[in-house]
Amino acid sequence: MALLQISEPGMSTAPHQHRLAVGIDLGTTNSLVATVRNGVPQCLQDENGKMLLPSVVRYLPDGTVDIGRSAQTAQAIDPRNTIVSVKRFMGRGLKDVAHVETMPYDFVDAEGMVRLRTVQGVKSPVEVSAEILKNLRQRAEHSLGGDLTGAVITVPAYFDDAQRQATKDAARVAGLNVLRLLNEPTAAAIAYGLENASEGIYAVYDLGGGTFDISILRLSRGVFEVVATSGDAALGGDDFDHRLFCWILDNAGISLPSDRDSRRLLMKAREVKERLTLDESVPIRTALENGDEVDLVIERQVFAEITANLVSKTLKPVKKALRDANLSPEDVKGVVMVGGATRMPHVQRAVGELFGQTPLTNLDPDTVVAVGAAMQANVLAGNRATEDEWLLLDVIPLSLGIETMGGLVEKIIPRNSTIPTARAQDFTTFKDGQSAMAFHVVQGERELVSDCRSLARFELRGIPAMVAGAARIRVTFQVDADGLLSVSAREQTTGVEARVEVKPSYGLADDEIAEMLKAGFEHAQNDMEVRALKEQQVEAERVIEATEKALQADGELLNEAERAELDVAIAALRSSAEGQDARAIKIQLEAFNRASNEFASRRMDKSIRGALAGHKIDEIRI
Amino acid sequence: MLDMKQDFFELFGLEPRFAVDLDRLEQAYLEMQGRVHPDRFAHLSDAEKRLSMQWATRANEAFRTLKSPLARGQYLLELKGVDPAFETNTAMSAEFLMEQMEWREALEEAREAADEDVLDDLARRIRRDTKGLVEQLEAEFDTAGDLEAAADTVRRLKFLEKLQHEINDALTALES
Repeated sequence: MALLQISEPGMSTAPHQHRLAVGIDLGTTNSLVATVRNGVPQCLQDENGKMLLPSVVRYLPDGTVDIGRSAQTAQAIDPRNTIVSVKRFMGRGLKDVAHVETMPYDFVDAEGMVRLRTVQGVKSPVEVSAEILKNLRQRAEHSLGGDLTGAVITVPAYFDDAQRQATKDAARVAGLNVLRLLNEPTAAAIAYGLENASEGIYAVYDLGGGTFDISILRLSRGVFEVVATSGDAALGGDDFDHRLFCWILDNAGISLPSDRDSRRLLMKAREVKERLTLDESVPIRTALENGDEVDLVIERQVFAEITANLVSKTLKPVKKALRDANLSPEDVKGVVMVGGATRMPHVQRAVGELFGQTPLTNLDPDTVVAVGAAMQANVLAGNRATEDEWLLLDVIPLSLGIETMGGLVEKIIPRNSTIPTARAQDFTTFKDGQSAMAFHVVQGERELVSDCRSLARFELRGIPAMVAGAARIRVTFQVDADGLLSVSAREQTTGVEARVEVKPSYGLADDEIAEMLKAGFEHAQNDMEVRALKEQQVEAERVIEATEKALQADGELLNEAERAELDVAIAALRSSAEGQDARAIKIQLEAFNRASNEFASRRMDKSIRGALAGHKIDEIRI
Repeated sequence: MLDMKQDFFELFGLEPRFAVDLDRLEQAYLEMQGRVHPDRFAHLSDAEKRLSMQWATRANEAFRTLKSPLARGQYLLELKGVDPAFETNTAMSAEFLMEQMEWREALEEAREAADEDVLDDLARRIRRDTKGLVEQLEAEFDTAGDLEAAADTVRRLKFLEKLQHEINDALTALES
């Protein structure tokens, strides 16, 4: 016999379940995971008490994978199989990557995203990133004592669609449910804004290991609104290391260092750069493989000079963002500095001069992004009461367009549009009976297709036969809250839905991801089917819980028959979730979603009516 | 039942006129996003997530349109069934065509001078003229109800906006 559960007085019979959700800062140099525990955001530590996980992955010949600090130390002895700064390769082709000639990897020259040949075979940047995410997921599950409901993963605000998609794919391969891709400067603004109860216009200057972002936000009570964003997705602390590395080669008279020496000197350069933040001059001493010695001293002033143009390269996007926001530097109330590279004194000086004020450095530039992401994850998981939630309005960083005649770009969605957003554009056929049409989607601000990033090519098929110019094909570009684009098309005169086949220029196909998922599970000696079953069961439980909660709140929106129908659907889903057939649950879930559609839209209507309740009704009805 | 066919003014409970109380517009927009934004639905069913994205998209589109005087004017004309005919020059007065030429020449000179101050000065003049046109548009829509005149003013505003973009591009080019 089941025991009767008696709850504490004052508590509901179904105590609110805290869902385990984390924020992950997947950085070029270091990655972190954070969560909100008992209302307090905190970064989670590994078993050695370290928060920062170096974003370094080493593939060993015995089939194991080493991630983090130990991989980092191994990079000088095994450079080819030890991948550092993999974020620079995400959603990028080989020709897009700077300094390939000094990189010790065995690149695979193929179409689309760059690949690396390692001792464990050819790896995509998505798989390498997934190893880092898996490691952080395990850390979180171990530390929190349960499976994660979901994660917010941060991306540079200036990441394009291909880079965002690659990040989301990596999370999928790592077995994470992505609640949202969140822009890094926005995450920092959440953490900073809530901590300091800030109101007004703020700029977030985020110089990470490999990416630079500037976001201008308007903060007011409960609203974080990004007004404009700009940046450089291939500029960061790594480039400062590289300048110093070149300076060392020049001044030590080294012309062609070996891969191992390159790695050793790059690591040395980073160490010296960090020391120059505190010291006026730093000695550079190291021995090379052939026995040669490097023995130099660098002054802080010299370092500032050799990297001055990198700093001024960041100021250009800052000015552009201000202009897009229609603001001057003096309108900005505070400048929040994010990313380890903002510790460099000459970076702080330059930013201070541009804005005419001392930048805000009173928070840890390494952890603030992960902390903000954790706070957002806590909201998205539904752990906060609705009235305590804040509203986040972010933008798309780069314009989206399509190629037209003569290699020109027609912009469809301009940069800095608030997301989610959609635009429709009508096209017509130019031949009688034309049944297909090809499109090329690009992202960027330039007028020529060749100067923009190619995102995807797609074809519309199944256009009904008509005379030239008679068909009206409406193509809709939808950008979701993750900043990801999807495309749909419909012929307007006949209502025929054209089939859209998208071939991503730098992305991975679905079957490639499925393959990676499989490989990952074989490697971990895990049973993929068990995992799939569990995922479906968790999803079914989540949906049932959400629906029951909605029925409690808004049950009156359904009549008796409709209510009975939905109850039957819930029961069917529940009984299938108790079974062991993942596919059956999936089918039942889809059926359930269809059955609950009407209820969901009535709830949405009710909510929107609530938004209008404050206005006079005669203003609404014209 | 509310549906997506409502016009943008209805959506925010505003009167369909050119003069808009921007504070009220923003308040209504934020109130609506607070209820429909995808962040509120991240842990709910796919059906609710999809609806939320559609509504949030619509709220953004409506706010973007009503916030900007040019987009709002254009939208009002559309609601009233007037085509502003941006593509055809025939609809433009000789006076406006002359003005366009003068602006273009000024922009060319400023570009050639490659002088930030000259470009900034031009941008200021455009802002001043824009302000005048917006006031004029309000009278044409809300007082006189002269849609033909309003369509002409919208075309002028559209031209000035394009010019403003070109100046911004020229300024950006100067910085590189």
